[in-house]
Amino acid sequence: MIQAAEIGATAIGKTFGQFTALADITLTIARGEFLTLLGPSGSGKTTFLMVLSGFEAPTTGRLTLDGRDMTDQPPEARGFGMVFQGYALFPHLTVEENIAFPLKVQRRSPAQIRTRVAEMVEMVGLGGHGHKLPSGLSGGQQQRVALARALAYEPPVLLLDEPFSALDKNLRGQMQDEMRRIHRETGTTFVFVTHDQEEALALSSRIAIFERGRLQQLAPPREVYERPANRFVAEFLGDINILPVAGGKIEGRPVILPGTGNAGDLAIRPEYMGLSVTEPAEGNALPARLTDLTYLGAETRLTLLTAGGVPLILHHPTNSLPDGLAPGASVWAGWAPARGFLL
Amino acid sequence: MTARHVLLLGPLLMLLGAAYLLPFLGVMRWSVTLPEPGFGQYHAALSDPLVLGVIWRTVRICAVVTVIAVAAAYALTLIWVRGGRTARTLVELCIMIPFWISVLTRAFGWLALLSNKGIINGWLQSLGFLSEPLTLVRNEFGVVVGMVHFLIPFAAFPLATAMRSVDERVLLAARGMGASRTRIFWQIFLPMTKNGVLGAALLVFVFALGFFVTPAILGGGRSVMVAELIYLRIFQSPDWGLGAAISVILMVTVGLLLGVMMRQNRGAAR
Ligand SMILES: Nc1ncnc2c1ncn2[C@@H]1O[C@H](COP(=O)(O)OP(=O)(O)OP(=O)(O)O)[C@@H](O)[C@H]1O
Ligand SMILES: [Mg+2]
Repeated sequence: MIQAAEIGATAIGKTFGQFTALADITLTIARGEFLTLLGPSGSGKTTFLMVLSGFEAPTTGRLTLDGRDMTDQPPEARGFGMVFQGYALFPHLTVEENIAFPLKVQRRSPAQIRTRVAEMVEMVGLGGHGHKLPSGLSGGQQQRVALARALAYEPPVLLLDEPFSALDKNLRGQMQDEMRRIHRETGTTFVFVTHDQEEALALSSRIAIFERGRLQQLAPPREVYERPANRFVAEFLGDINILPVAGGKIEGRPVILPGTGNAGDLAIRPEYMGLSVTEPAEGNALPARLTDLTYLGAETRLTLLTAGGVPLILHHPTNSLPDGLAPGASVWAGWAPARGFLL
Repeated sequence: MTARHVLLLGPLLMLLGAAYLLPFLGVMRWSVTLPEPGFGQYHAALSDPLVLGVIWRTVRICAVVTVIAVAAAYALTLIWVRGGRTARTLVELCIMIPFWISVLTRAFGWLALLSNKGIINGWLQSLGFLSEPLTLVRNEFGVVVGMVHFLIPFAAFPLATAMRSVDERVLLAARGMGASRTRIFWQIFLPMTKNGVLGAALLVFVFALGFFVTPAILGGGRSVMVAELIYLRIFQSPDWGLGAAISVILMVTVGLLLGVMMRQNRGAAR
């Protein structure tokens, strides 16, 4: 088990000239956590990772490592592992030499290095490829070398910038499983950047959502998805239906609202909305017209238009879909009151 | 190659053929016909201690020049590609300006600096460091200085290409692992630009082999190199056959080295 570390960031800001890339980021990354930074392109994910690693100095704010200030420490003093986008392997060194490089920097004994390299090659499943140059490896294999190299010297924190972006979907899934296993086995603190929402939901212990350099929400995957802190997060993650509420009514129909408010926007995830041909006896419902349905295997994706003209998306299990449903049909879209949330 | 390519290249090919290929074929003919038919001149060239001495000196000077020019160009190019803004502009000027000055002017410039009554000896003597002038020209030292100065810009271009293609993140990765600047340079950056170094070295060496003006002026007739020897054989003695044979030997050597260079470039591009 590696000595994992806790990182604290207080009011971190970063500007490039007039441009604010990061503003007022405050968060704590727990020991052994798997934190994912998620956000649209240009939202500051890479910049924040560079600030954590020490390659970029924050314009404002402080960073701590296990409670000690590290804001002014250069990257080599922090000793974090880093997997760059594009892997950044040493092209002239073999797989084994790549992994051995940080160990040589640390002046470990040749015997130690040999054992450790063999261990890491085994862990990332590259047995038999040790003497190849990076150019002779597939994208997924290169990615594993980068991971092995970053983990070889047992860094207290591993920073990964979109490590899977170059991989196809199957390989991606495989690497995600492997990543989770490696995280479990090493116990290192992982900070992981991705564009891919599913990846973030599947891997992380917590997700930090960035938008335009600001931290929008920091919470476990389920909470970010089901209890988004604001409209941006709700709309950014997955599909969502948003219905304007006025005076406790939607489109003139009284509805039961969660919590105390009675105005604003009610948000409901597509999988929590149901479809029926007649008005349901319980819960909230709105009359609507079916505009399209897309067969997706186990699920069918339905698009509806309410009487008031709001488009809705529903994910309905295919096996319980009413018979003879076709675009143009008049239907009811219903939901349990507890499944909606006001934004 | 399509008909259009031939048409476009045609004028150039004709010029090259008329200006280089035909004369060279003529030189080849001399080398096996003068003064009598046969390969006698090649035998003579390769057994004449004077000719061998000049060839040996040429190779030695070219090797020394190559090492110094490439090493100096590497340092300069490093600043050119990775230095701060002012340093970058300054170095760029240092690399570009020599291109605009003729080789003759530069050789005489060095003569003015290095000769016994030149600027350097003048200063050193008037400051009292020397009583007798240092011999800085009319010897191999002068030739090497002049050639290195001429060839540095030529080495800089392949080096710059190699250095620009180094992925910055690879260097950051090494730094993040705690590697010192020295280690990153010797174990990562230099090996990653190795092909550029080899390319620059071959280019400089091939170029240097045929140098005429610089050694003639700065060597002052004492450090004769192959090109000057050919000149002397053809213009100042009736030894046309021998001069031609040495020319052919030089051309073949250069051709072989160019072949190596092109294969290497193709390998690097792959
Ligand atoms: N060195 C720099 N100089 C100027 N602006 C920069 C610099 N680095 C980043 N930026 C700007 O900061 C913003 C955030 O960039 P960053 O790379 O952190 O985004 P990101 O969230 O990683 O995006 P992506 O998902 O596309 O990688 C961008 O608008 C970018 O243009
Ligand atoms: Mg990025």
